[in-house]
Amino acid sequence: MDLIYTIFSPKLMSQIFVGLSRTVILFIVASGLSLILGVLRIPNIWHGSLYMVGAFMTFTISGAIGGGSLGFWMALFLAPLGVAFVSLIAERSFFQHLYEREHIMLLLLTFAFSLVFGDLVKMVWGMEYKSVPVPRVFQGSVHLFGGLPFPLYNVFLLGIGPIVAVALWLIVNKTKIGKISRAAAVDREMVGAVGINVSWVFAFVFMIGCLLAGLGGALVAPTVNVSLGMDHTLIMEAFLIVIIGGLGNIWGALLGALIFGLAQSLGILIWPQFGIVFPYAAVIVVLLLRPTGLLKSTW
Amino acid sequence: MLKNTSGGNGRIVGGAVIVLLFLLPLFLPRFYIYLISIILLTGLLATSLNLPLGYGGIFQFHHAVFYGVGAYAAALMITKSGLSPWVGFVVGPFAAAFLSLIMGLICIRLSKLYFGMLQISLGSLVWIIVYRWYSFTGGDNGIHGIPVPEIISSQNNAYYFTLLVTLLSLWALYKIINSPFGSALQGIRDNPVRSGMIGINVKLHQLMVLVIAGFFAGVAGSLFIVVDTAVFPDMLFWTLSLEVLIMCLLGGWFTFLGPMLGAAVIISLRTFVSGFTDYWTLPLGILMMLVIFFLPNGILGYIQDKLYGKIAEQAEAVEQTDLAQPAVKES
Repeated sequence: MDLIYTIFSPKLMSQIFVGLSRTVILFIVASGLSLILGVLRIPNIWHGSLYMVGAFMTFTISGAIGGGSLGFWMALFLAPLGVAFVSLIAERSFFQHLYEREHIMLLLLTFAFSLVFGDLVKMVWGMEYKSVPVPRVFQGSVHLFGGLPFPLYNVFLLGIGPIVAVALWLIVNKTKIGKISRAAAVDREMVGAVGINVSWVFAFVFMIGCLLAGLGGALVAPTVNVSLGMDHTLIMEAFLIVIIGGLGNIWGALLGALIFGLAQSLGILIWPQFGIVFPYAAVIVVLLLRPTGLLKSTW
Repeated sequence: MLKNTSGGNGRIVGGAVIVLLFLLPLFLPRFYIYLISIILLTGLLATSLNLPLGYGGIFQFHHAVFYGVGAYAAALMITKSGLSPWVGFVVGPFAAAFLSLIMGLICIRLSKLYFGMLQISLGSLVWIIVYRWYSFTGGDNGIHGIPVPEIISSQNNAYYFTLLVTLLSLWALYKIINSPFGSALQGIRDNPVRSGMIGINVKLHQLMVLVIAGFFAGVAGSLFIVVDTAVFPDMLFWTLSLEVLIMCLLGGWFTFLGPMLGAAVIISLRTFVSGFTDYWTLPLGILMMLVIFFLPNGILGYIQDKLYGKIAEQAEAVEQTDLAQPAVKES
């Protein structure tokens, strides 16, 4: 009994739950990235900026509607839509002209967008940290095994994760546009040849992917300091998750986010100073064993 | 014939530029000498990236990591070992080349975009270690006040040293590109399958070019210590890699001197812009978009197209008139 208690100590369990709620955020952002990579073949570095914009929009919207619970729920709804709208404009006016060019040009274009948006965010929201209050329903914490407190908001996050995963799976596998976009990922020309406007399918997929980035930003806003530069580390983590999961595979993104989130939270427990190194090391181990990712890539 | 004369002109112009570069400290203020030193070493970094990228067709997305590791290896060797700083400057490039070999061995199995992404992830691991290991690398503060040898410690001498090393490195890179090895490399870029069929060891060539590029990136990193006497973790952050990529693209990545030109343009522009605004990434991003859409072959690539395009057109026109009116040519 003592042994079990030592292995599953309250501290460890609460760290695991922290890791799992981090996993949810990582999964939401990485699945959007993976969707865009799988269908459009764009390594979208701009994704991180959209996540940041989503978080800042949540701050502004929830502040504008009084900062209460209602404000947060509205923000959670409107911020991803705002991000999706911005991404749709960018895709229609810039990205769609480059699909025939090399990947590296697309990569650089998304990087150019992330540079521009980095400064735009600085212009609009300034350099200071912003904080978004946790909605009233989820203030406080629950007590897990052994009495360590666990924030209620994180419990909410743990609930959101599976919902997003299932919704995404339904869109990709059960709706018509999802099926078309999966076909377009495999053979764009053939899909065009049967009379489907592939260009708008791509725009739709790009928008959905970016919407997920905005949603991730909106969800993470109450748990962190919303600040400039939050895009740079996140986009790298999201890329790593997508790579170890298998490019374009949604479940791979979930698996990768799980590995990354848990390695991070458990790493901090084992070696506080180098906790952040653990997920990267886990990535290397996975890639040495399976260089093209854990699950089947759509490439 | 035409190509030969233009080559001769090029040699004269190149010689004049080099002489001018050597004379600059006599009449330029200190700040500009510092700026040109930074341009030279960043240009060397961009040129070394262009070797795998433009000539090898390898998606080397995270090149800055070799620059940073070269700089850190040299800095740590100088500050921790107590040996002569010159040893550090030699260790830096070799450390970068060694890292490049290891990362290359891991990544080379994959191709194109997958290669680039795996490289970015490995590079990020190196970055995070440098960034967090306060007791050894100084964490996000980096290392400052690195002692450099007496003879190159003054700013003008640091400039001359940078110029000399950069020119030697460029010469070496030029020789490599124009060697049989370089030709094989460009063959692999254009058609890896066919190159493999005629007996070129594709993976070995790619690995070699990665190691060479890593080595010269390490040289650039060591030069940064000479000029700035400091290193910091941003030198191996992925944003710098993409900035260097922009330099290659802007100057023209199928040309030898393009990356150097791109580095000069971008660094001058940054200095100019930072004179009156805090916003630098916004103009850089817009410049990048313009280049991607309107100048995909870069500045030098554009000039080359215009120049040779025109010459080719003229030659064609002359040929046609020759054929049409052979009698006129007699008089």
